[in-house]
Amino acid sequence: MDAIILQILNGLDKGSAYALIALGLTLIFGTLGVVNFAHGALFMIGAFCAVTLQRILTLSFEQVDPTQKDFLGNPLKVQVPYVESWFGPDIGAFIIDWAVPLAILLAIPVMLVIGIAMERGLIKHFYKRPHAEQILVTFGLAIVLQEIVKLFFGANPIQTGAPSVFTGSFDFGALLGMPPDVIIYPYWRMVYFLFAVVVIGAVFSFLQFTTFGMVVRAGMADRETVGLLGINIDRRFTIMFGVAAVVAGTAGVMYAPILAPNYHMGMDFLVLSFVVVVVGGMGSLPGAVAAGFLLGILQSFASMNEVKSVIPGIDQVIIYLVAIIILLTRPRGLLGRRGVMEE
Amino acid sequence: MLGLSAKDTGFLLFVTFLTLATPILLQPFPESSSLAQFNAGYPDLMQRFAIFGIFAIGFNILFGLTGYLSFGHAAFLGVGSYSVVWTYKLLSFNVLPGLILAIVLSGIFALFIGFVSLRRSGIYFSILTLAFAQMSYNLAYSVLTPLTNGETGLQVYGSDPQYLMGEGSPDVPNLFGLVMQDSMKVPVGDWVFTFNVGYYFTAVIAIFVFYISLRIFRSPFGLILRAIKTNRTRLNYAGINTRPYMLAAFVISGMYAGLAGGLLAAMDPLAGAERMQWTASGEVVLMTILGGAGTLMGPVLGAGFIKYFENIFSKINETVLHDWFGALPEPVRDFLIGIISPFVGDGWQLTLGLLFMLVVIFLPGGIMEGAKRIGSLFRRKPSQGGGSPAPKAPVEAAETSNQPAE
Repeated sequence: MDAIILQILNGLDKGSAYALIALGLTLIFGTLGVVNFAHGALFMIGAFCAVTLQRILTLSFEQVDPTQKDFLGNPLKVQVPYVESWFGPDIGAFIIDWAVPLAILLAIPVMLVIGIAMERGLIKHFYKRPHAEQILVTFGLAIVLQEIVKLFFGANPIQTGAPSVFTGSFDFGALLGMPPDVIIYPYWRMVYFLFAVVVIGAVFSFLQFTTFGMVVRAGMADRETVGLLGINIDRRFTIMFGVAAVVAGTAGVMYAPILAPNYHMGMDFLVLSFVVVVVGGMGSLPGAVAAGFLLGILQSFASMNEVKSVIPGIDQVIIYLVAIIILLTRPRGLLGRRGVMEE
Repeated sequence: MLGLSAKDTGFLLFVTFLTLATPILLQPFPESSSLAQFNAGYPDLMQRFAIFGIFAIGFNILFGLTGYLSFGHAAFLGVGSYSVVWTYKLLSFNVLPGLILAIVLSGIFALFIGFVSLRRSGIYFSILTLAFAQMSYNLAYSVLTPLTNGETGLQVYGSDPQYLMGEGSPDVPNLFGLVMQDSMKVPVGDWVFTFNVGYYFTAVIAIFVFYISLRIFRSPFGLILRAIKTNRTRLNYAGINTRPYMLAAFVISGMYAGLAGGLLAAMDPLAGAERMQWTASGEVVLMTILGGAGTLMGPVLGAGFIKYFENIFSKINETVLHDWFGALPEPVRDFLIGIISPFVGDGWQLTLGLLFMLVVIFLPGGIMEGAKRIGSLFRRKPSQGGGSPAPKAPVEAAETSNQPAE
């Protein structure tokens, strides 16, 4: 029992990342009909927003500290971050500590601008071209984006810590009346899961309860008719592309403490997220979320030693295996609409 | 000749000449000149040209003719490499049995993957092939370690049986005693030309498989494949079952990839799982598109272009740039170096990515279409009755579709 709960918990954080990226991917596909291979790069850029903010906040100058002396007896020079000198040492240290969550505020406008620029500058010209060419041009864009990031941040992963409040682990088992230390779960992963739930909920309620969202849903169902009603559906779809970029970007920001950002992390997630989208059903938002969590949890179950000893290597291939079975037996995916991309 | 029309025979002879004269043609700069670093006539690189040319020719039979974009061809490359190294371990360092095994095994593997993947088309086909390739890659790293030697990579050890190893047989890859690494250096004036056994071995194979692909392009089979790209539904309505044709094309291109992988191991007796990673599949896609999908010569040019970039362009670092712009005044020099250096050296992939995007956006036909357009500029004669209007049509269609339908 405790092992099962532990595996479900372990699957949640990876599943959250898959679900968030897949949500954006399927949103873009459902609105614009474009297969975006650069979506993983957007996730990666988000993670580097966290790195950038942390670097900006820790920018510091040298100050002579009269209270301390170095080993020669001279006054010691210490590095003081600007933030600490402006807001005082306590608040400054607090801000630096919370750099990763704060980076969301930076990532939202940045990703929105990047997303809209990408759609207007490049994707717009590929609406009518075959899917193969859309894949190719966004694949090229992903290479370019990741090389630019590599140029500025180097090829090595950059450790980015979570706020110190969240560094420990949480004894989940004690909550269920189990002996201590049976199920322990890092705080930050729980925060990530909650964050993912909030973002997914926000996207769904935006689409469900606002007029803007209603128009977008109508456009997804029948673009032509919405256009004939005199609504500029293209502009709304562009904004939705920006929203998808923001979702991927903030997912990346919050993932930075879990996986030290490196320039190719986007590609690694992209392949799996595509599989998630296909399993969930192209263009289906609930499908993408459900499949994201499902595959994340399946993967963590498959990596249990009990399972691995029965079927060796299953943990490495489970996601692809599920994708192959789904594609062959139910091509529209778990929750896909009938007739959408079934061929 | 050889069942080809006069024009194609000439074309084949031209390609043969180019391939055989590569060690001379790629060595245009004298050794002492500062441009000598752009020479590509060294054995390792030339072998790669030929091997990845074979890979791309095979990929083109699938993607160029039928339009099915496979993102998993690297799996066959890996299978080919592993089978050649295994024949080294079990039999001897003669490359021939290994290459035959590589072709057969990758063919069987492709038959299986193709049989499953070809049930779907479009993006689903891409995802399925990608899933199979990633599965093979992950398995090669984990469970199949006894077969693949995991992260270390498969290589030959002294304790391996090597049953066919004779007394005098060389302990490096060879073809009946002809050692692959051997090369002959011929100095002519200030130039040094290297004629390498391994390169000529791969070159002869490359010419042979190029001939096969030429025959496929001109055959009724090739015509069916093109028809599948144009309109598969219509073909089905006409009473033609397309799946066997697709499967045949998939298996053939898989065998080409297996052969290329085998040759990689024939030049360097090593095989690692990273050859199966999806980035390797992406690379052959880049090569084919960059050169021109669906053309005969395009993929070979694309493969040569990318490998040249990878090996030569990546060597230009800031010191080299300082040498070049040494004569300029300092602010201008620093400005130029600051602008250029992100794009060369370690950043060569940035240039490659940009170039690739530009090609997909403006020149979907790749290098071959660019050459054709430049050629028609100079010819100026509106040869409407000739072959030029047909390949131009898709470009115009693509350009008109650039304007979004409001």
